[in-house]
Amino acid sequence: MSEAILEMQNVEKRFGGVRAIDQFSLKVEPGMIYGLIGPNGAGKTTIFNTITGIYQADGGRILFQGNDITKIEPHEAARLGIARTFQNIRLFGNLSVKTNVMISCNMHSKYHLGDALLRTPRYREATKETEARAMEFLDIVGLADKGEERASSLPYGHQRKLEIARAMATDPKLLLLDEPAAGMNADESVELVEFIRELKKRFDITILMIEHHMDVVTNLCDACTVLNFGKTLATGTVEEIKKNPEVIAAYLGGDE
Amino acid sequence: MLNSFQEGVLVICCVNMIAVLGMSVLTGFTRLFSFGNAGFMSIGAYAAAICSVQFKLPFVLSVLIGAAIAGIVSYILGSLTIRLRGDYFLISCLGFGECVRVLFNYTKDITGGANGYSNIPYKTTGVVAVISTVLAFVIAWNFIHSRYGQALTAIRENEMAAAANGINVVRYKKMSFVFSAIYAGWAGGLYAHYLRFITPTLFNLGKSSELVITTVLGGLGSLTGSVLGTLIVQILPEIFRSMSEYRMLFYGIAVVLVILLRPNGLCGYWEFSLTRLVQKIRNIGKKTAKENSHE
Repeated sequence: MSEAILEMQNVEKRFGGVRAIDQFSLKVEPGMIYGLIGPNGAGKTTIFNTITGIYQADGGRILFQGNDITKIEPHEAARLGIARTFQNIRLFGNLSVKTNVMISCNMHSKYHLGDALLRTPRYREATKETEARAMEFLDIVGLADKGEERASSLPYGHQRKLEIARAMATDPKLLLLDEPAAGMNADESVELVEFIRELKKRFDITILMIEHHMDVVTNLCDACTVLNFGKTLATGTVEEIKKNPEVIAAYLGGDE
Repeated sequence: MLNSFQEGVLVICCVNMIAVLGMSVLTGFTRLFSFGNAGFMSIGAYAAAICSVQFKLPFVLSVLIGAAIAGIVSYILGSLTIRLRGDYFLISCLGFGECVRVLFNYTKDITGGANGYSNIPYKTTGVVAVISTVLAFVIAWNFIHSRYGQALTAIRENEMAAAANGINVVRYKKMSFVFSAIYAGWAGGLYAHYLRFITPTLFNLGKSSELVITTVLGGLGSLTGSVLGTLIVQILPEIFRSMSEYRMLFYGIAVVLVILLRPNGLCGYWEFSLTRLVQKIRNIGKKTAKENSHE
């Protein structure tokens, strides 16, 4: 068995008296597409927030590539190679589509404040490179011709894609997708499945995704975990999970 | 070329413009409100004045020291307060500004207290003020369009997403705060060497709020908007000086109208661009040429 890229060991997160996640464990191996499913309020997004440092876990450990990241800050998580999207899309709305992606690319920019204030050749060159890189990512998601538009003026589906492009521009090893197919119809989610597959192939990344559309999960995920009330209900391949009576009762709904 | 009254208006306008440009970076681009920047102006003014008078340092060096001290103080203050959420940060800045004013009132031996600090050499001429302002604008422009400025706008647009994309929110907010304080200190140093006599009350809460109002009026997220805002706020009252009693009334009405009609300010999120203007004029030229050739 290869070493896990992400491992959560008995992680706990409480809000007052509520245990949003309770003794949660997870192991994601490199190159996997891993699904996190469960009813609303099961604690899926809370798990994402504890991994990326937006929340601090109250107990347990989180390991990323063998390093303890339990007490990490959000920007440090991004620098280590954990990128994410949000359930309710969070773009830099007033900025152009291209700038949205450039801001992520800037993480790897190598000029300093002095270069910026004086517009040195190093600054110009680095900015040109960043711009070209941003356009590359926009090209991948098919938004290259919309680079100068305001991000908030894009239609919903494009906003989702832009958010993924922005996350990919940080050059991550692990990508967390929070309900990428939310609000999409059947055709659009088929297209999304293809898109995510291609991303994974092209960049050789590991993906952990929260998703409600079972067809998306079935088509994409190598394995998944079902959550209910902050606890693991079942873990396994999609086929195994679909047969699990507990999961059917809690989430999938029984046959009539 | 200019008479002394006109030169005076020009210098005051330039000094305020520098302070407002700093404010613009903080409020317009990072969405942090500070009602204490007059405090930093005050620190810059007194530090520069003391350097000039007490230590006989050259003018440029004095102003630089003033700006640097304002920057250092803001770094210390920012380290304590920058994590506070919006309103609380604003209140802490307001408190700081008042503290500085009261402090300078009490330190009679160093600052002359409420009687003011006098005998500052007159160095800030119209030319000096204009050169400083152009320099301030160019530096602010380069800062805003670099990755540092982009990080600030990202924080303004969505703090959580900014952090998730590798931006150290606390560090960049502090950078923005220090930037605005250095500009305020710079403006203060110039101001002291124009007035030749400064008192702590020059830099009261009214001054701080004037800086904020000017920034909002000119437009959030726009440096050229801040320039326009300063011109309006500083020059209009001079034009209407004859109606001095109603001046502030008109000023108040103008601010309310702008907030109601253009909530983002006169040029919110929009920069004036010379190249774009030239292009537009050219396009009109081309269009008419085409139409003519069709005929």
